[in-house]
Formats: sequence, C-alpha cells, structure tokens
Amino acid sequence: MTKTKRTNITERNDKPQSRRSFLHNLWIALGAIAGLEIFGISINFLLHSSRNNNKDTSAYVVAGKVEDFKLNSVTPFRSGKYYITRFSDGGFVAMSLKCTHLGCSVGWNEEENRFVCPCHSSSFAMNGNVISPPAPSALDLLPMIIENGNVKVNPKKPIKRRRFSNSQVTYVES
Amino acid sequence: MKKETTTKNIFRRFKDSIYTRSINPSNDRDRIQVIFQSLILHLHPTMVPEKSLKLSVTWGLGGMAALLFVLQALTGILLRFVYQPFPGKAYDSIIYLQNDIFFGELVRNIHHWSGTLLVLIVFLHLLRTYFTGAYHDRRQYNWVLGIILLLLVVFSNFTGYLLPWDQLAYWAITVSTSMLSYIPLIGDSLVEMVRGGGDVGETTLLIFYNFHTSILPILMIIIMSFHFWRVRKAGGVVFPKESNETENKLITTIPNLVVREFVVALLLIAFILLLSILFSAPLLEKANPAFSPNPAKAPWYFEGIQELMLHFHPLFASIIIPLLIILVLIFLPYFQYDSKISGSWFISEKGKQTSKFSAIIGIILTPSLILIDEYFMDVSTNFENIPQEISNGLFPFLIIILLLYFYYKFINKKFRTNKTETVQSLFVLLLTVFIILTLTSIIFRGEGMALTFPW
Repeated sequence: MTKTKRTNITERNDKPQSRRSFLHNLWIALGAIAGLEIFGISINFLLHSSRNNNKDTSAYVVAGKVEDFKLNSVTPFRSGKYYITRFSDGGFVAMSLKCTHLGCSVGWNEEENRFVCPCHSSSFAMNGNVISPPAPSALDLLPMIIENGNVKVNPKKPIKRRRFSNSQVTYVES
Repeated sequence: MKKETTTKNIFRRFKDSIYTRSINPSNDRDRIQVIFQSLILHLHPTMVPEKSLKLSVTWGLGGMAALLFVLQALTGILLRFVYQPFPGKAYDSIIYLQNDIFFGELVRNIHHWSGTLLVLIVFLHLLRTYFTGAYHDRRQYNWVLGIILLLLVVFSNFTGYLLPWDQLAYWAITVSTSMLSYIPLIGDSLVEMVRGGGDVGETTLLIFYNFHTSILPILMIIIMSFHFWRVRKAGGVVFPKESNETENKLITTIPNLVVREFVVALLLIAFILLLSILFSAPLLEKANPAFSPNPAKAPWYFEGIQELMLHFHPLFASIIIPLLIILVLIFLPYFQYDSKISGSWFISEKGKQTSKFSAIIGIILTPSLILIDEYFMDVSTNFENIPQEISNGLFPFLIIILLLYFYYKFINKKFRTNKTETVQSLFVLLLTVFIILTLTSIIFRGEGMALTFPW
C-alpha cells in the first residue's frame, strides 16, 4: 500500500502489484458495504417502535362537552397524561402534564393556583408558563379542536413552546 | 507409556485427558505445572513477586470486580427464568419471584447488592490504579480499557434499574434519559431512540432488558479478557520496587496468590450474603406514568450529575461536564508527565501532602458553594435577558475552568510539585467535589429536591 516501497520495485513488477492492490481495495469496499448493511439493519431493528408508534399522531380523542369545563378551572386527564385549562373568558388550552425539565408528571395545586413538579419543584401557571425554574420552557401544548360542543384533544402530538401566547387558545365558535 | 494407558480403565483415561497433573502438587515444579495446565489458573503467572502480594498494594479490587461479575451472571441467569420483560407482567413477576419461589428474594437481593457493589468496587479500582501510578507506559491502553469497563458496568446497572418496573425504576429512568434531551439538535431524537418512543414504555423495557441481559454482558466478557491479558503483558500488577534486586523475590503463585484470592473471594461472598439477608432490594408500588413520586431521584451513581443540574443549566450539568470528565479520564495516561513512578501510593511524600490539601479544600469548598447557590444566588432572575444556557451554563463553567487553572498554578508554585503531582492534586480536588455532590444528593435532598436533614 505504501507508495515509497512500490517505486523501488522494477517496472515489470508494478503492473500485477497494482492489479493486486485494486482487488485488495475491492475486497475492503465490499466488506465495508456488507458492514454498512448489517449496521443499517441493526439500527432499523432498534428504531422500529419509535417509528411505528408515531405513525398515528392524527387521532383526536373527545375530552368532554364544552359545558363540563367550568370557567377559570383546570381539569386533569391523568390516563391521557394532559390537562385542560379553561380561562375565565371561555377559551380552552390543552397541555401535556410532562414537566419540560426532566419529564416528571406535574400536579395541579388548587390552593396555590399553579402546576408543581414533584421532582425538582418547577412550577407553572394555569396557562403553562414557567413561574419558577429549573424548567426551561412552558408546558407542551396539545392540538385541540371544538366540534359540535365536544372538546377534542390530540394527546400524541405535543407542541413545544417557549411561552404562552393568546394565539394558542381555542374558543367555541358561535 | 503405551502399556500404562492400556492398563487404566476408560473413566480414568477420560479423567486424565482433561487434567493430566496431580491435583495436589507437592513441589514448586509441580505447582508451576498446575498453572500451565489449567485454563482458569493460566490467567495467572506461575511466579509472582512477593512484594506484590501485600494487601495494601492492590486491595484485591480488580479480583473482587471479576468475582462480582461472575455472581451477577449466575444470579442473573436464575432471575431470567422468572422475570418477564413486559410492562403488564414485569412487576407481577418480581412479586411472584419474591413470594412464591424458594429463595427468590435472596437471589434478587444478591443480584441487587453485588450490582451496587460492582459499581463501587470498579470505581475504587480506578482510584487504586490512579493513585499507585499504574497507568504509565505499557499500562496506558489498559487504563482506557478500564474506563470502558467502568462505563459498561454503569450502563449495566442503569439498564437493570428499570426492570422491576416500580415507581422508583420508572421515574429514575425517565429523569435520567430526559437529561439527554438537552443535547443541542439531536437531543430529542436521541431520547426517543433510547426509549423506543416518546415516553418510557414497553419498548424501553424491551431495549433495556436486551442490553442488560445480552449485549452489555457479552461486551464486558470480551473487554475483561482483553483487560486481564494486558495486565499480564505489562508484567503483572504494580508494586513498590526496591533498589536492591534481592528484595524483589519471586514466589510460586500456588499457594501464595491463589490462597489470598480465595480468602478475599470468600469474605466478599460472605459480606454480600449478609447484606442480602439483612437488607432487601427496594421495590415500591407498580410504575404509574401519571404520578411522579416526590422526590424522583436518578440512580445513586448519577446523583452527582443530578445535584450538578440544580446548579448549572442542564446542557452543561448533564452533557458537557460529564463528557469532558470521561474524555479527560480516557486521555489521563497520555499527558506528558515528568515522573512516572508506579507502585507507591500518591507518588511521593509531597504527593501525599498535596492530595490531603486538595481533599480538604474540596471538603470545605463544595458544601459552601452548594449552600451559597441554594440560598443567595438566583441567576435566572438576576439576568433575565441573557439566555439561561449562558448565564447559568457557559459563564459559571468558564469561571470554574479558570479557577482550576489557577489552582493548578498555585499548587505547583506553593509546594514545588512536579507535573505528575500537580495533576494528581487536581484529580483529588475534582474527586472530592464529585463525591460530595453525590452524597449531598443522596442524603440531603428531600421533597422537591430542597436541602433537608434526613434525621
């Protein structure tokens, strides 16, 4: 393989040597391709579920009737792992209960009017904004629609956000 | 010769084909032959320096780690007959193991305690290797192999942590894997890859189970063999050499080394049995993804990082600082040292002195800094318009790097140490900080991760 050695060899020897090195490189290339194939297949095995689990992210579930949610209240949906906040103006927001710091489940503290994470005591306002760190950003937003008086949420498609803004609120269309 | 084999019966011939030498050798020549003839004993040299047998030379830590690995393999295989790696069944199979299987709980306890001890012993083994200078020259690469083994042991313990599928396991793994999400750009997809989905769930359990029971043990067996072979190639363990040649006397491995190993092994096994009888492996209620317990802590060996996360931005606390430490550990033997003394603890008298000094500085400084940060500093509200990655991450990180640099210069100047001794005192300082951070998190962090007294 080394060039300095080959120049010392006579002309006659040079040709078969280069054919040999071509075949040698071909073997290495074939081996590398085979290795890549095995690697690709292995990675595919490892990632199968994260790909397949995320396929069905369009499914909305009915959380309840509009009138079930009191004004200025927070309703937990523990099994779906989300909260629905209804503001005093009638607007809705659905939020994941996963703390944005390290993924613990936040609880709603009625007296203090805030979400509190049990792991590192981050707290969040009713609209999801961070009140006290270490959480770096507001609770993830969940897509929601209101159809025929039903509040529907898609708990499988959390949307990251830095802060709460009014555009995130869903209202009943009248 | 021919006549002899025909007179023996078939069973005798069978036995002799396995092991030709007498089991109980009576002279040194036979003792050496036994080592040559045996696969297991062949890991040892036939003769060892008498000096290297003193307990305080190695404390037998490497051998203990190997024994613990064997214990883990044996108990792990037993547990695999009962355990079911599915979220709906895992917890119940542990309950079944503990209630309905003869000595089921004891076997689980042994697995738990020897796993815990393995992390600890491997770490102590690293310290022993470092402080006796057993990482120079021919041992450089074996140090790297040791670091890889340490990481594999930690990952084995970590993947095993999830398997009971109780609240402790579920939230420890949730919190620890979430740390990865702070890696810029690829963090979120990395977490999803490790968990096999958005949350810790059935795929996570399957992935962890597979790593815990096949991939990691196989890797460890391969690298362990390499590690042992390298020790032999480097001429055995380090020990304090005498200038006088006759002092470095060689004696036969059998019985001198083998008997000592046997004693250490029996004591360790007895200790683990006692521990397993007295203290059960923890098992809380079944995992409930909707409710986090308070506090939710990472496995104990990651609690130093978790404590760091309370003081630094997660990008620095859980990614950059740990990666940097691993990198420095790997390249530690390759710095250009000006003295390469192997075999004596802490290099020299001066080395002992500066190590003690650094330990004291660490013991005083770390708790004070934790308290100051806990009660007097509030970076995120003081500098609200600067991103937290900088105000609570890069900025304090750079200050610490700068302080360590000045500390290095200070030690070098005040004690007139050489480079090896100065690096060692820096190592001691960082080690003390790490141990105190870990202990703080284990002992003094209570509800909501606030500082509390456990008593």
